[in-house]
Amino acid sequence: MALLEIRALTVEFAGTPAICAVNDVDLSMEPRESVAIVGESGSGKSQLLNACVGLLAANGRALGSVRFEGRELLADGNAATVRGRGIGFVFQDASGSLTPHRRIGSQIAEVAMAAQGVAGAAARAESRRMLDCVHLPDAGRRLSQYPHELSGGMRQRVALALALVARPLLLFADEPTTALDVTVQAEILALVAELCRDFGMALLLVTHDLGVVAALADRIAVMQSGRIVEQAAAAEFFAGPRHPYSAGLLAAVPTLAGLS
Amino acid sequence: MAELRGDRAAMTGLVLLVLLMVAAVVGPLFIGFREDEIDWQNMAAPPFEADGHWLGTDRLGRDLLLRTLLGLRVSLAIALAATLVSLIIGVAWGALAGYLRGRADALMMRFVDVLYALPQVFFVIILTVVFGRGPLVLLIAIGAFGWLTMARIVRGQALALREREFVEAAVVGGSGTLRIVARHIVPNLLGPVIVYATLTVPQVILVESFLSFLGIGIQEPLASLGNLIADGAAEMETAPWMLAVPAGCLVLLVFSFNFLGDGLRDALDPRDR
Amino acid sequence: MNLLELRGVSVKFRQSGTKARDLAAVDGVDFTIAEHEMLGLVGESGCGKTTLGRAILHLVPLAAGEVHWRGQRVDQLGQRAFRPLRRELQYVFQDPNACLDPRMTLLESVAEPLRALDRDAAPADRARRAQARLDEVGIGASLAARYPHQLSGGQLQRAVIARALIVDPQFVVCDEPVSALDVSVQGQIVGLLERIRDDRGLASLFISHNLAVVARLCERVMVMFRGRIVETAGRRALIGSPLHPYTRELLDAVPGIDAGARGRVLRRAAHAQPAKDDASQAVGCPFAVRCPQVLSRCRVERPRLQAAVGGSRLVACHRAGEWPGGLPPFTSV
Repeated sequence: MALLEIRALTVEFAGTPAICAVNDVDLSMEPRESVAIVGESGSGKSQLLNACVGLLAANGRALGSVRFEGRELLADGNAATVRGRGIGFVFQDASGSLTPHRRIGSQIAEVAMAAQGVAGAAARAESRRMLDCVHLPDAGRRLSQYPHELSGGMRQRVALALALVARPLLLFADEPTTALDVTVQAEILALVAELCRDFGMALLLVTHDLGVVAALADRIAVMQSGRIVEQAAAAEFFAGPRHPYSAGLLAAVPTLAGLS
Repeated sequence: MAELRGDRAAMTGLVLLVLLMVAAVVGPLFIGFREDEIDWQNMAAPPFEADGHWLGTDRLGRDLLLRTLLGLRVSLAIALAATLVSLIIGVAWGALAGYLRGRADALMMRFVDVLYALPQVFFVIILTVVFGRGPLVLLIAIGAFGWLTMARIVRGQALALREREFVEAAVVGGSGTLRIVARHIVPNLLGPVIVYATLTVPQVILVESFLSFLGIGIQEPLASLGNLIADGAAEMETAPWMLAVPAGCLVLLVFSFNFLGDGLRDALDPRDR
Repeated sequence: MNLLELRGVSVKFRQSGTKARDLAAVDGVDFTIAEHEMLGLVGESGCGKTTLGRAILHLVPLAAGEVHWRGQRVDQLGQRAFRPLRRELQYVFQDPNACLDPRMTLLESVAEPLRALDRDAAPADRARRAQARLDEVGIGASLAARYPHQLSGGQLQRAVIARALIVDPQFVVCDEPVSALDVSVQGQIVGLLERIRDDRGLASLFISHNLAVVARLCERVMVMFRGRIVETAGRRALIGSPLHPYTRELLDAVPGIDAGARGRVLRRAAHAQPAKDDASQAVGCPFAVRCPQVLSRCRVERPRLQAAVGGSRLVACHRAGEWPGGLPPFTSV
């Protein structure tokens, strides 16, 4: 049974004018598989993720079917139970995951309590363990710091730690490195690859950056105006994409080739 | 604007306001009586009883509906004029202070703070003692204080706006301080300013009514909602309509401005953009 | 004669409360830009490159150093005195959504520098010239009459470029002009800038965190780290044989768009670099904290930016002479 099965997913937003962000998308994922959805702004890729875990805005509606481990997520209430447990989520800006006025240790401990039922010292120990898993330097001190005291890259590591506490089977990542500098981005990409391998997680990554895709994806889906225009294994894709839009995207990436 | 149309309270307020304004401006023309006409037959007559006097008459037999509409006219005129004065001075002062920051800002806002601390009623009384009573003195007295809060609000907005990149772009484009404040700062803070102005008008009306009620605002025979209410209060037990009609009109006016102002504020909330 | 010359320029900011507001100081920067030259400036966020650009345009005061424009010293001028120079030095901002007044149409925004700097022009003349510039960058009259929120990032950035060019400047600081745009649109804007460079012979300081974009447009590139220039070289030399460890780190971090990238990422260690300290390194090389070939000398003695490899290359590293062919890629720590 596929881990995640998306069938005929359509996402619409009411308003003047009404917007169809995602248009009849099919996608399925096996356990431990890494899939990247590539598209430019307005392609609907973020809304696709949001629809799966019930994070659409009030005027949004999701039609079709999204099955996670066989359970239909678009049915009322199911998305909330799976959020943070079966499916972890990392946002572009760590402030999507981190509360600014609470210490980091207590935020991780809170999730640990909810997900694993531990409390007190056990929760704190789990927090410490998670920070070590994401290789946050000086983890002991970090537990009692606030998010704003950390750099962008470190905050993103904490966001990953938060996502992992519940040991999800699938990690959603929406532009996880776009806001980071290129050297920090390289570290975080390596970290995500390592965590997926060690924790046995599948990864559904959404990004406009083909460099990120190349670093993390087994399989690539290209999205344009709400539709998936091409799906291919990573090796095939980079060897030569078939759809002209994908080829255009690949050609547009500035590279250092030809200069060294 | 679409959100405003959907907001029932705001639209009710708007419609009511328009009706009241129309009534104040043209209403008196349709009423058969003159302002100072004394109806000896129908002194202190209740509504619907005396012929022609739909809402009754006052102690001197003057038609109450007419006097109320005329009072509405005066109150509205003073309120709108005073608010306009507050708007102009307050926006100019606050925008300049917020943009300049530093010592200029500190000086300008300390001046505002000092004025703010003065008791307004006291000041008005002194003015009326020195310059006599009347609509103009009242207008000056109210206008002199009305701009203070507006200046504070505008200054806060201007402080935030000056950090926006398009202001920096205007500096790079060679624009000087005055041009930037006039073309970039002020137009971009008009939203909150309009909302606040709409909510200021009822406050001014109440202040004017209060002062007129005390006898230091609009004087007889000129009618304002305030002095009509004062007369009505004196006759409350024998002729309650003399109080009810102008007071009811005041309430409707204040409500309609407030509903409209709240609706505008919600519609212009930047979070909904 | 050099068009622009910076000598020992430093800019300091008082740190305010939250970390997000900490802006890196610029610390003793020297360089020159010749006529018609497009110089690239590469560095990460917070390294001070934006602050440097702003300092050149007289938007922030210098703590030390001098800025010379056409041989004349300009950093000490008051804002009023500097204003006429704004016809010659212009700036292209990073975020087109932020740097255009939301209440003005594109045409009005582009025409605005003319109102301030070219008082003799009549309104009709200003509008005509603004539209001409917009046509040059590919924005027709119907788009020009619209407001920023009605247009895409790429269209807005074209208008921002048009606005910078309308006073016919000789020098433009381009501050991350393509970073806020989608990849395919980036290519178009970079092409536009190339065309403008060729047509007008504009001199420019092109700032970006993306080495690939900078290398496409600029013959000569400077690398900045924590407020200092650490390496300056021609683009081929910089990419082919980097001399400074930070340049090497930047090059290693550029993600490859090929099938082998996944394997490389899996092999790379995920350990974090030591935290960037709030207190900037007062003594010694600022890169010593994370340099794989740090010596004890590096922690106490600050390397100066000086000539290396006997040419026009400049490096600030004590060990610059040890790898004349350039540093090889660092293996994972």
